[in-house]
Formats: sequence, structure tokens, C-alpha cells
Amino acid sequence: MKHIRTIIDKEWTEVFQNRMVLFTMILVPLVFIILPLVTLYFTGQSMDGDVAGGVADVPAEFLSVCEPGMAANDCMQIYLVNMYLLMFMMLPVIIPVTIAAYSIVGEKATHSLEPLLATPITTFELLAGKSLAAALPAILVGWISFGIFLLGLSLIGVSGAVIRYIVGPTWLLSVLVASPLMAIAAVNFALFVSSRVNDPRVAEQISVLLVIPLLAALFAQLAGVIVIDFFLMLSFIGAMVLVDIGMIYLGVTIFQRENILTRWK
Amino acid sequence: MIETNQLTKIFKIKNGEDIAAVVDLTLNVLAGEVFGFLGPNGAGKTTTIRMLTSLIGPTSGSARVCGYDLGVDDQHIRRSVGVLTESPGMYERLSAAKNLSIYANLYDVDDVEGQLSKYLKMLGLWSRRDDPVGSFSKGMRQKLAICRALLHEPRLLFLDEPTSGLDPEAAKLVRSFIEELRSQGRTIFMCTHNLNEADSLCDRIGIFRTSLIAIDTPSNLRRKLFGRKVVFHLRALDPAWLPQVEALAGVHEVTRVDDKLVVALDDPETLNPHIIRMLVTAGADVKFVGELRHSLEDIYFQTVGQSRDEVKGS
Repeated sequence: MKHIRTIIDKEWTEVFQNRMVLFTMILVPLVFIILPLVTLYFTGQSMDGDVAGGVADVPAEFLSVCEPGMAANDCMQIYLVNMYLLMFMMLPVIIPVTIAAYSIVGEKATHSLEPLLATPITTFELLAGKSLAAALPAILVGWISFGIFLLGLSLIGVSGAVIRYIVGPTWLLSVLVASPLMAIAAVNFALFVSSRVNDPRVAEQISVLLVIPLLAALFAQLAGVIVIDFFLMLSFIGAMVLVDIGMIYLGVTIFQRENILTRWK
Repeated sequence: MIETNQLTKIFKIKNGEDIAAVVDLTLNVLAGEVFGFLGPNGAGKTTTIRMLTSLIGPTSGSARVCGYDLGVDDQHIRRSVGVLTESPGMYERLSAAKNLSIYANLYDVDDVEGQLSKYLKMLGLWSRRDDPVGSFSKGMRQKLAICRALLHEPRLLFLDEPTSGLDPEAAKLVRSFIEELRSQGRTIFMCTHNLNEADSLCDRIGIFRTSLIAIDTPSNLRRKLFGRKVVFHLRALDPAWLPQVEALAGVHEVTRVDDKLVVALDDPETLNPHIIRMLVTAGADVKFVGELRHSLEDIYFQTVGQSRDEVKGS
């Protein structure tokens, strides 16, 4: 554990001394908080009636998520907020990938990897340290952003039904469980890429591709192909646990000190 | 301290070609000695250090480092050795003290603060301990990297180009520090291109170009390659004296350089009095007698040159 803590300490001290990294870590969540709040504020009182008669612009498949008898306006807001759920899930993926993507190849480029690998640190300790150093702040930022979002909801006067939905099992599972699992998968993927390439820019570009599945899910929900509900989230979490285990195993197995140090083409 | 047996490293490159970096390296570095590993760029010196510090594995052959088997006890090897890599590789944004404390923790050093203070003071970096390494000169970074290699008090130290790029003052400080480490009984395996440095610091030298070309003490290498030569400085030289000296048993060759007689011989301690007597009897005024000392550079070029010729010839 001491070696893992040392790597985390080193990564944080190094990363957080870079003000631009800190700026990005604050800016992106701010946008992700403000955007849904503004949307919800302006859609506050746009519809009359209840869900029984259907809700304009909301796919029929989604109506099952809204409680029977719920006001059409609330259902519309829940539909919108569900879109932003994916954005909140993206947060812990977007924030750490560039940090993780840089972490191995960046050390190689600055020649600090060789003395580091010459210490008695094991591959698992090194990767766990780097992975946690990137994932933990992102997970924390995700949770804090969710807290601020909840506070904002009460300030803009969103109805109780919408707030109940947001603090319900689907959102809580996604923010508290699915997002961290996604962050771990994303970080391990970025580390895997980082240990296979020779240029930090390539690692960052490849790792950013991770948001593509989330964007696909966003569009699929917009098109009514999928509806993110409790059971879908539960299945997703189950799948992510397997993905995480696979990524960690793959990362440790494929990490070859020799290739990383000697391959430059 | 280091025993290698036909240690070989072959790299496979993308087009399927094999590049032999180290071939059949067999050597034995004794405890407490400073061993100089010399060779041209691309000879495989850094690859050898990387293998011996268990950073990369050999393609074939075996080695024992600090009593541990390479490829079996790699963690123990890494814990027992200190490495000064070719590039210092410091974390530029972090302070000198922070850089060292990270490594002290990775090496499980008990008294981190004590060790930091000891080595930062020894190498004259104590007053700059809180400054970011990015603001350090090349020499200061190199000194800091030496501190890093010593934090866990390794018995065996690998130094890859320890004075490369340093100004004379910093290089002198590093050299005297290496001498101090030797006096503490540490074993030092040192790669360097500075042949004077190797000559003054190393107990034994290995000249290496993919495989070991020569290995011995600098003085034995001199003797093997050039034999022993004595220069007799005379006031005036009569060419008739040359065959007389050459006729003496144990004398291999006599050459004239201005008014100097250069005599290649087996045993100067025994033969010098005879030669001097002969010259004086013949009417020579002997001003001065001294042994011709070949520099390590001469040895190096002679050895590497021969090896290159052999490769061309084969």
C-alpha cells in the first residue's frame, strides 16, 4: 500500500501544480451543472396536462419511466434530465483520461520512467497508483457536481416529482456506482494506451475516443432506442464490473517494462 | 557482486530483423571494486546495465547480482542496487526534496528525512532542497540523481555516464564522491566515455563492443597491449648504440626519437641499469630515464580498433 500511496502522492503533487489541469477540472463540471439547470429552468412551465395523454417530444418508450398521473411538464423535465444523466456519467470519464493517458508515456518522454521502474515497485502497484491518482479526483468531482446540481434544482424551483426522480435509484446508482466504475475502466484503458504508444499526444487522442459509447447511448435515448431506467442501469453496472476486472487484468498483464523502455517506433 | 555467464540480449525490430545488443557477456565484478565499462556509443553498455538492474530480461545466458538470480529474484535485485540512469529523469515541477522522498518511499527507506538531509548535504544541494528541479542546472540534476541512487544505501551502484555534460568543477565533485563511495566499500559498475576518469577511478576495466573485447586492470591492459617501454633521454645520440642495446636479452625493440632512445623491454627494473651502464660506457650522457606510459585512450583505441578490424575481416 505504501508504494501505491507514494505514486498517488507524486501524481497529485505533480498534476495539481499545473494550474491549467485544475482549471479544466473545474470548468468542465461547471458547464455540466449549469447546462441542465438552465434547460430545466426554461422548460419549467411549458406544458399542461398529465402523462396519460402522452407528452410531446418525449418518445412513447420513455413514458414508462414517468409515474402514472405525473404532470406532462414533469415527465418532460425527467426526460430532459435523463439526457443529462449521461453527461454526469461522462464527467468522471472525461476528466481523468487525459491525465491517465499522459502518465506512462509522459514519464517515458521525460526519462523519469526508467529510474521509477528500477525501484522495487511492482507493476500492479505502479498501475494501481497511477489509476487511482487519476480516477479518485474525477469521481469526487463527479459526486460534488451532482451535489451542486441537486442544490441548484431546489433553487430554480423544479417540482418535487422531478427531484424525487433524480434522488431516486436510477440516478443514485448511476452517479454513485456506475460513474466510478466507468472512471476506473476509462483510466485503465488510458493507462493501457499510454503504455503502448510513444507520444503523449497519441495517447490522449486515442483515450478521448472513450466518450463515443456514451455519446452513442445519448443519441440512442434521444431516438427512443433505449430508455435509461433502473434495470438498464443495474445491468450496465454488472457489465462495467466485468469490464473493470478485465481492464485491470489486461493492463497488468500487458504492461511490459522492457518494451516500454526500449521501443521508440 | 556481479557474475554474468554468456549474457546475451537480442532485440527484434519491426521488420523481423534481429539486433544483437549484447552477446555472450561473461564477467565477474568483485565486491568493493570500481569497474569501468567502456565502449563506443551503441556498444550495448546501457542495455547491459538495464539487464543487470533487471529492467529488461536477457535473451539467453544468466547472471547473479548481489547474490540474486536475474529473472528470478528481480525485486530483490532492484532493492539491492542503486542506478544512475543516462538521463537524470527528475520530476521537474517537484522540489528536490520531494523528488527524493518519493524514491525513498519506493525503496522503503526507514529514515526518509535523515537520508535526504545526509545526501543533499553531501552533494551540496541542501540549500536548494525546496526549489523545483526545473530550475536546476544540468550538474545539479545529475548530483540529485546520484543522491536518489544512494538513498537506500545500495551495496552495488550502477553509474551510467556519471559526469556526462558536467562542467569540470561539478565533474570533479562527482569523481571525488565516487572515490568516497569506494572507500565505503561499495561496488561501482560505471559506464563512461571519459577515459581519464576511468583510468583514475577504476580498479578494473572492461572494453566492450557488443561483446567483451578486453578486461583487466588499466596497468595490465597497458602491459598486454603495448608491453613496457622506457625512454632514455640523452644529450646526443649515436645511431651505433641502437643495435648494441637491441642485442641485450629481454629487449624487444629499440627506436630513436630525436635524442631519445625508446626501448621496449620485459623487465625495466632489471634491464635499466644494464642499458644505462652500456650507454655511459659508450660515451652517452644520460639526462633522464622514464617509463613511457600509454594513456587509457591509447588502450581503448587500440582495443576497439582491433575489434573493428576483426569484424571487417570476418
